[in-house]
Amino acid sequence: MSAGATPLACEACPAHHAGNLIKLGINMSKWDYVVALAGNPNTGKSTVFNSLTGLRQHTGNWPGKTVVRAEGGFAYQGMRYKLVDLPGTYSLLSTSSDEEVARDFLLFGRPDVTAIVVDSTRLERNLNLVLQVLQITDRVVVCLNLIDEARRHGLKVDERRLARDLGVPVVPAAARRGEGISHLIQTISQVAGGQVKCMPHRLQSEPPALKRAIDQLTSRVESAFPDLPNARWVALRLLEGDRRIAEAVRSGELGTLSQNSFSVDAIQPPPALETPS
Amino acid sequence: MNSRSTPEQVLAATDAMRWETGANLHDSLMEAIYTDAARIADRAVSRSGTRPRFDLDRSIDRLVTSRWLGFPFMLFLLTAVFWVTIEGANVPSGLLADLLVDTIHPALKGLAAAIGMPWWLDGLLIDGIYLAMAWVVSVMLPPMAIFFPIFTLLEDFGYLPRVAFNLDNLYKRAGAHGKQSLTMAMGFGCNAAAIVSTRVIDSPRERLIAIITNNFALCNGRWPTQILIASIFIGGLVPAHLAGLVSAAAVVSVAILGIVLSFIVSWALSNTILKGEASAFSLELPPYRPPRILQTIYTSVIDRTLIVLWRAVVFAVPAGAVIWLLANIEIGSLSLAEQFIENTSFFAILVGLNGVILLAYIIAIPANEIVVPTILMLTVLSARLAGVGEGAGVMFELDSEAATAAVFQAGGWTLLTAVNLMLFSLVHNPCSTTLYTIYKETKSAKWTAISALLPVAMGFSLCFLVAQVWRLLEAG
Repeated sequence: MSAGATPLACEACPAHHAGNLIKLGINMSKWDYVVALAGNPNTGKSTVFNSLTGLRQHTGNWPGKTVVRAEGGFAYQGMRYKLVDLPGTYSLLSTSSDEEVARDFLLFGRPDVTAIVVDSTRLERNLNLVLQVLQITDRVVVCLNLIDEARRHGLKVDERRLARDLGVPVVPAAARRGEGISHLIQTISQVAGGQVKCMPHRLQSEPPALKRAIDQLTSRVESAFPDLPNARWVALRLLEGDRRIAEAVRSGELGTLSQNSFSVDAIQPPPALETPS
Repeated sequence: MNSRSTPEQVLAATDAMRWETGANLHDSLMEAIYTDAARIADRAVSRSGTRPRFDLDRSIDRLVTSRWLGFPFMLFLLTAVFWVTIEGANVPSGLLADLLVDTIHPALKGLAAAIGMPWWLDGLLIDGIYLAMAWVVSVMLPPMAIFFPIFTLLEDFGYLPRVAFNLDNLYKRAGAHGKQSLTMAMGFGCNAAAIVSTRVIDSPRERLIAIITNNFALCNGRWPTQILIASIFIGGLVPAHLAGLVSAAAVVSVAILGIVLSFIVSWALSNTILKGEASAFSLELPPYRPPRILQTIYTSVIDRTLIVLWRAVVFAVPAGAVIWLLANIEIGSLSLAEQFIENTSFFAILVGLNGVILLAYIIAIPANEIVVPTILMLTVLSARLAGVGEGAGVMFELDSEAATAAVFQAGGWTLLTAVNLMLFSLVHNPCSTTLYTIYKETKSAKWTAISALLPVAMGFSLCFLVAQVWRLLEAG
């Protein structure tokens, strides 16, 4: 971008998103908001990550490429954002260590905004994860990625309808070509700053008895661990008989998890060795 | 609930409620999520027009994952990639060697002489350390700069999961996890990175199998050894216009042997010390995406080629110094290097190798990249060739493959030595970085030791067998 050719008035305008984006790479010392990038495997999370941070996290067309979380930063309209690229996951209920990285961060890392990158050509399967994430956090932006591929396959996704049904903003994008990225940044900043309020979808097909039980246990958990960001999810896991969570409740470890938003480092696998891939 | 609940109360409440919600809570919850997801997706997505009659993705998949054509296609593709790499790397390798070894090295020597540097410092710095770096750069940079972009383009296009799909069934039959095929594919780049990537495998048993057998995927530190030895000894057996193709085929055979060995070892492990059933998983075949060629070349040169090259140079520096010292410290009338070579030669000949190769592998434990330069240097040294190389402990790049071949022949090399060197390069202990990564990932000295010793034992047995059969056939 040549500075001389662009009038200053444009740069100052909030509509000029790309102009306001400052890619910070890994030079993150302080930040105002933490943004998590979640999604199914191979939906383009790392591509979105790279175009926001200016980093060159290795991307590849196969599921399971990212096994540890990568971090980077960007600044937009004077606010500094820390972006965390999580390994792809189909579900929050799984057990492999790469998927646990994603789950634990969403649960205990307390991101201010969670951007879920979904594959427009496989919307139904991707929505399974979106609905699970909406159970545990409110501030979500859905990035409807690979919209160009969907178009090529003759699919049309009504993003307004989708946004209304999910109760969170939906941004269509083709990250590989840079389409929709500026809109995504703007939406993330609006959700982070509270200008856009999310009213996330609650499961409608849940059996009433189950819903009652979850609600009751959630308030119990909340009363025992007042700082816990996602008591509802903990209640659910307890009802399902998750021994690890039950043990965390018994030992009080759950309480300490919620004290410090970045104690997530304690429960994730060791960081990867600096090796070429 | 006016007062704060205690953790015990929470757990007690949980137990009480679990009687009411029943055991199939997980299922009914998942069902609720799936039902909602289906409904929402159905409302949001519409299909414009009819589905195109010709689906390119399906057609390509039908070829590359076909029961009959999948494997031949894979072999063809691999051979083509290596052929392009071998043919394309020759000229730039020669140019780099001209510049770094034939021009800059004498200039540095002249400079050192001009400022009156003592002979041992000049030898250690310029003949040891500088030449080791120069050799690594000129031999490794061109093949990597060709191989990595092609490999990354294939990855970007979406071919890797298809390879995994083809191999999945075989791994399952070997009692291993199908995702091992993905980590194996990563190992063709770097074993250490592949060990980290085994985190995609859930079951600890299967993950250990994947870690132990990953070494059988030829990493890029070993490709240059394979390519060089194949070009000299195997390519030399056929007319010149076929040499490139035949060498590529030899390299592919070694790579395939590695895959076969990984099946066999996986099978053996899962029937002995790592008993268990293979677990199921779903492998998604992503759509083919047109690769972004310029971006891929840029990132693969920056992220892969330069990082790997840097690592090789870093390890070549101390290795160059060690070689120079071994060749120049004398006990009695022989240098340390010569003593080792003489003392081990009986055992080495038994397994169809020679003392030089054994010593080279010990020096090259930190990085496989420097095996070939070390072997060349030590061969010259032990054969006391006049007029080749520049003196004791000097790593060098010979002007042509013919000159390299001459050195090998003077050192008593045969086709058997070359074949066994290629085999031993495939089957020996992982490099130190990989071993360190294995230790970090498994946190177990026992499994790290097994990962190191099993391939060494297998490598010696394999070479011994080949040597005996070879000699029997030669005698008969």
